[in-house]
Amino acid sequence: MNNERLLELYRLMQRIRAFEDAAETASQGGVAAWGLAASAKPALVRGPLHLSTGQEAVAAAVCSHLERRDLLTSTHRGHGHTLAKGADPARMMCELFGRATGYNQGKGGSMHIADFSVGMLGANGVVAAGIPIATGAAHALKVRGLPQIVACFFGDGAANRGPFLEGLNWAQVYRLPVLFVCEDNRISATTPTDAMTAGEGVSARARALGLPSLKVDGNDVEAVHEAAARLVAEVRAGSGPRLLHAVTYRIKGHVSVDPGSYRDPDEVAAAMEADPLRLAAARLLERGVSQAEIDRIVEAARAEIAHALEVAEAAPWPEAGAAYEQVQNTGAGVWR
Amino acid sequence: MSMMTYAQAACAALAEAMRADPAVVALGEDLGRGGVFGQYRGLAEEFGAARVIDTPISEANIMGAAVGMALAGLRPVVEMRVIDFALCAIDEIVNQAAKNRFMFGGQGRVPLVARMPIGIWSASAAQHSQSLEAWFAHMPGLVVVTPATPQDNHGLLKTALACGDPVVYMEHKELWGAQGEVDAAQNIPLGQASVLTEGSDLTIVTWSRGVAACRQALALPVLGGIHAELIDLRTLWPWDRATVFRSAAKTGRLLVVHEAVQVAGFGAEVAASAAQETGCRIRRLGAPRIPVGYSQVLENESRLAPEKIAAEVQALLAQPR
Ligand SMILES: Cc1ncc(C[n+]2csc(CCOP(=O)(O)OP(=O)(O)O)c2C)c(N)n1
Repeated sequence: MNNERLLELYRLMQRIRAFEDAAETASQGGVAAWGLAASAKPALVRGPLHLSTGQEAVAAAVCSHLERRDLLTSTHRGHGHTLAKGADPARMMCELFGRATGYNQGKGGSMHIADFSVGMLGANGVVAAGIPIATGAAHALKVRGLPQIVACFFGDGAANRGPFLEGLNWAQVYRLPVLFVCEDNRISATTPTDAMTAGEGVSARARALGLPSLKVDGNDVEAVHEAAARLVAEVRAGSGPRLLHAVTYRIKGHVSVDPGSYRDPDEVAAAMEADPLRLAAARLLERGVSQAEIDRIVEAARAEIAHALEVAEAAPWPEAGAAYEQVQNTGAGVWR
Repeated sequence: MSMMTYAQAACAALAEAMRADPAVVALGEDLGRGGVFGQYRGLAEEFGAARVIDTPISEANIMGAAVGMALAGLRPVVEMRVIDFALCAIDEIVNQAAKNRFMFGGQGRVPLVARMPIGIWSASAAQHSQSLEAWFAHMPGLVVVTPATPQDNHGLLKTALACGDPVVYMEHKELWGAQGEVDAAQNIPLGQASVLTEGSDLTIVTWSRGVAACRQALALPVLGGIHAELIDLRTLWPWDRATVFRSAAKTGRLLVVHEAVQVAGFGAEVAASAAQETGCRIRRLGAPRIPVGYSQVLENESRLAPEKIAAEVQALLAQPR
């Protein structure tokens, strides 16, 4: 990979990290603009906030192979995927703040972040629910003779739900253009995956259905990039579905209020060492990129997200009447 | 008597049942860590992983396996985390658990308790905040329980565990931290409402989180001097028709209040039955037929606000008896 490409991925990863850090601070009630002391403000982001801190390499590298018109489904941990697909961080932040100017007009929040204009069909509150949806979207593309593909992100825990098996089988039977991406952070809520998943996990399950897969170090953005390049090319060529199994780590707790204290501190320390941003920065330095250049990237990411926070804080609330809109259209009058 | 939260009361009741009967087991995601809301705290330590079973994220199989366990001699408590995820196991609860006893001519019994927390959980949006009790009340074969206080959560969970048929047990997410005195010896039968206040002006029937909302409404100055009979149904199937009819006949006016969507809600069942039986004046209050929104502004539209309840009370009192 050339330096330019790696720098581009690094910029995106820093942007995701900055977004997650800012959202976390805002959920704790502080002002997230770096450098300012946290104030006693009420939480600006309410409710469950699932951060993808530590998992940035998978989102960035996979999505770097997607075109704007390609489609994407996500999990409850969808900020990274959404940003990587090209969504505007300010409109995302507005959604997290519950404002009318958010992507979902304040109706969905963090757990349902979506930007259909870039093909991001939605984060989901139900584990594994995105898998059949991605499969169906890919089916539609095939029926309609369109050239796009679908990327479907899901967690390691999701592989134990029926929709995983049903979706993969379906995609393989109809040779659908979908790349399944298991973002394996090795834990589901508070339960380690290896205690709950029989056999060799998702790759083996995909293999059993005749669906080729690759397993990669999900913290190594170059490795993910390379594996995804191969699989995406095969999917685009009409070879049918493929699966990427990217092993990474969830640096934060399951939700922002969860300190994640059920984890082995050594494991967390090792994960901090293997932080994908650290690895990428070290590689950039090795290849002659200056520390100053790296610092500039970090600063730029933070500045962009600080702006997103300002936009979100100033944004208007939805009208209460909006709660009754977009429920359904029957053509007849609506009686509440 | 001891002070407990709603979550601690359920935990204590389950521990008591597990001590008394080795056939009682619990299964679900993250139970070993005490459950999402701490309602299983300490149970894995006391009873071990064989009886407090941590499961994969496999709702259909959790529920289906519980049916199998029940048929094979255990008394499983199934955790669905929130009722929204129980929809991933709807065949298992509706077509399997609920039908088994009847369909096989009484050969099988399915004594399981499926815990499905209901209700708005602030800022959790449309897939984590539903109150779907009417769906389950509609299903022959299921018992439906909706405790509102720590005492009731203790007593009703024990009764549910002793019931030989599948029980859908709905705790409310905003009640987990509610404190109250619990008398561990108190037995609360299924199908017995509790009359919380006696009154002659009107009858209010509610359950779950609706109880606290109605109490707040009745304390509002605009309702000063009004004597309402407040009834907590506690179980929706079987429901205490006698208590409701007696009260509605006495006051001549019935208001049914629930957090669930009003359209086709369980309030309709109570209202229609009471109208038929007593000819009383009736109003209902539930949520509008909208998904629960994330933003506070939108979420509020789905909430049972005391002011909305008070307005219904006034509207009902304005009608001639
Ligand atoms: C059907 C369903 N069951 C349970 C949950 C509760 N839940 C939310 S996230 C989660 C863990 C998911 O683990 P994984 O798929 O590995 O994704 P991760 O959170 O690790 O990114 C659980 C159990 C849910 N949202 N949906």
